[in-house]
Amino acid sequence: MPAETSPARPASLQLSSDHRLLHFLTVEGQSRNQLLSILDTAKHFATSNPEIKKQNATLLSDHTVVNLFFEDSTRTRTTFEIAGKRLGASVINLNTARLSTKKGETILDTVRTLEAMETDIFVVRDSASGTAHLIARHVPSHVHIINAGDGRHAHPTQAMLDMFTIRESKGDFSNLRFAIVGDILHSRVARSQIAALQILGAREIRVIAPATLLPTEIERLGVSAYTNLDEGIVDVDVVMMLRLQLERMEGQLIPSSQEYFRCYGLTQERLNRAAPDAVVMHPGPMNRGLEIASEVADSERSLILSQVKNGIAVRMAIMAELVGLRPGAAS
Amino acid sequence: MKLKIRGGRVIDPSVGKDEVRDIFAVNGIIVEPNKAQNAFSADHEIDATNKIVCPGLIDLQARLREPGEEHKATLQTELNAAVSAGVTSVCVPPDTNPVIDTPAMVHMVRQRGRRIQRARVYPLGALTVGLDGNRLTDMAALKDAGCTAVSNGDRIIDNTLVIRRAMQYASTFNLTVFLTPLDHWLKGNGCVHEGEVSTRLGLPAVPEAAEVVALARDLALIETTGVCAHITQISCARSVEKIKEAKQRGLNVTAAVSAHHLHLSEQDIGEFDTRYHVMPPLRSVTDRDALREGIATGVIDAICSDHQPHGFDAKLAPFSESASGIAGIETLLPLTLKLVQEGVISLADAIDRVTTGPARILGIDVGALSPGAPADICVFNPETEKVLDVRKFVSQGKNHPFDGKTLPGVVSNAIVAGVDVLSLGPK
Repeated sequence: MPAETSPARPASLQLSSDHRLLHFLTVEGQSRNQLLSILDTAKHFATSNPEIKKQNATLLSDHTVVNLFFEDSTRTRTTFEIAGKRLGASVINLNTARLSTKKGETILDTVRTLEAMETDIFVVRDSASGTAHLIARHVPSHVHIINAGDGRHAHPTQAMLDMFTIRESKGDFSNLRFAIVGDILHSRVARSQIAALQILGAREIRVIAPATLLPTEIERLGVSAYTNLDEGIVDVDVVMMLRLQLERMEGQLIPSSQEYFRCYGLTQERLNRAAPDAVVMHPGPMNRGLEIASEVADSERSLILSQVKNGIAVRMAIMAELVGLRPGAAS
Repeated sequence: MKLKIRGGRVIDPSVGKDEVRDIFAVNGIIVEPNKAQNAFSADHEIDATNKIVCPGLIDLQARLREPGEEHKATLQTELNAAVSAGVTSVCVPPDTNPVIDTPAMVHMVRQRGRRIQRARVYPLGALTVGLDGNRLTDMAALKDAGCTAVSNGDRIIDNTLVIRRAMQYASTFNLTVFLTPLDHWLKGNGCVHEGEVSTRLGLPAVPEAAEVVALARDLALIETTGVCAHITQISCARSVEKIKEAKQRGLNVTAAVSAHHLHLSEQDIGEFDTRYHVMPPLRSVTDRDALREGIATGVIDAICSDHQPHGFDAKLAPFSESASGIAGIETLLPLTLKLVQEGVISLADAIDRVTTGPARILGIDVGALSPGAPADICVFNPETEKVLDVRKFVSQGKNHPFDGKTLPGVVSNAIVAGVDVLSLGPK
């Protein structure tokens, strides 16, 4: 006697009724064209042409961007700050530890106070899944929210810079096999990468981890799960490593760093099982000798430094997209 | 004081009768129709033509927030809310502040309830002192003070020896033990069902095993102690299986499910909608359908509201930090009738699960319309549909995911001890 089933709803909070992007909360639910358009704009921003750089420097000159980081981050915050400044926006950084108790100023109080100061874009990071959605639900329509990482849920700008890096290196996604290796359970990066690769038409997506770090029903996200790295890496074109946070492992999710490296560390020998021209990515910061061997991290197969560099152009593109600008697009 | 309810379709699950007839009550007690019909001059007469007349609803689990959290709700506001929805008896867990673990607290809550003169209040006594999961309460004294059952409320008892002794001691005094099966370690800081949605949204999850492991343990102890036990809420298919099997083995056990678990699943959480944050969590569609089958076949004995009113800002937080619970007392009947509308269960059985079923679990004499029973009666129109508007809730709590949805069933009269307390308006 099943009732009418409620199908999984696509992300809609971030889209207007005519499918314009209002916020950048998650990759899920976005169209292929939308993602490609952001990647194209990012390509435009990645230029070294001084004339174009000069034009870009005034695009957001009447805008204020607030980096609202409830959770520590240096790398992501810095790239957002640089991205905003290269577009000419005023950028304010707020690193504010948040009491997760119900007392004191709530997240929404903080946001409303800043919003009263005419903020146009909030870049939000928090340790709880769904915080960017919560804020997006309660701001007026002219304010845009960019999710810079919420709990274990999503890190969509990281996924987009990864897609940009892959596109630069490999071109089309449809012939490529991907493997995401490591702590899938706690990783917002992995969730956003999976969604982006799905939408961009990847040939195959594998996730590789011990069973303790594989979330239940992960296959429902459209991936195949492996517990053995030596098997999972065979013929893969792009190996996407995740950072392992040892302090999260409680001595139970994985027994020790030695055991982890032994079974899931990416060594040159293991990489040799992948496709001959396979590349390696990592969102950083890396734990050398834990999830990745230095010989791999520093090899010519590694795209890790390009990822960092591309982060700025991609975040510029997302900010421009939110305020309705597509510089460089064929008119 | 004489009451007559004229011309309604009377459904009395306690005797399995469904017929159009009149109901008579004198001084708060239902009397024989034949004897009463002649020369019965009613002080108050209700026309129930085209309406259903059934025993007043009994809600097995509702947090009324008093004492201790009066900023969320009070006995007065919530007992008004209860009768506005045809609920004439409310069973309250002991996890108030202070805890209902002494006869004085039982008297206090009952007396406050009586003074408000709306729905009846049945406080559950605490199983352990201060719900500490360690020292047993004076259960004999709690029983004398009016408790028919004991419970540890929302606090988990980890120590299996304490659970066993609590069951043994309660059974000594024929007290029913209310249990909420949830394994502390497996639950962890989880806030949603472990499944597709927790994986997609990256939310800390409560595996189905957190309930099933605790339930299996409890059932083993129920079997060996012979205690009469009630499982306050189950949420998944495997729990339905376990209860079915336990009943087949002859265990003295009953179970309930919340009205919202019969309609919602993890999928409804959508984009972190905190109104769907409940504990136990909403599980898969398959689980929900198994609960529906369980309630239809009677493996699950009762539907409760699991009413939990909150202030407006309790849900304005990231999902995992938002308060769990739904202010559901005013939708207990509508959501139960929706099951009838959807062909899950017959009307008579549906009414049984919110009247006679709960009365049997509590061992109380309401929940029937036979002569001699207390005249606690609900009169409602099953055809009328209403758009749910939480702003119009009588309850202080406005936290409800069905806001804006159309639900069947409008209550016109709620009679407690022969008095139409709904017509008196809110106290």
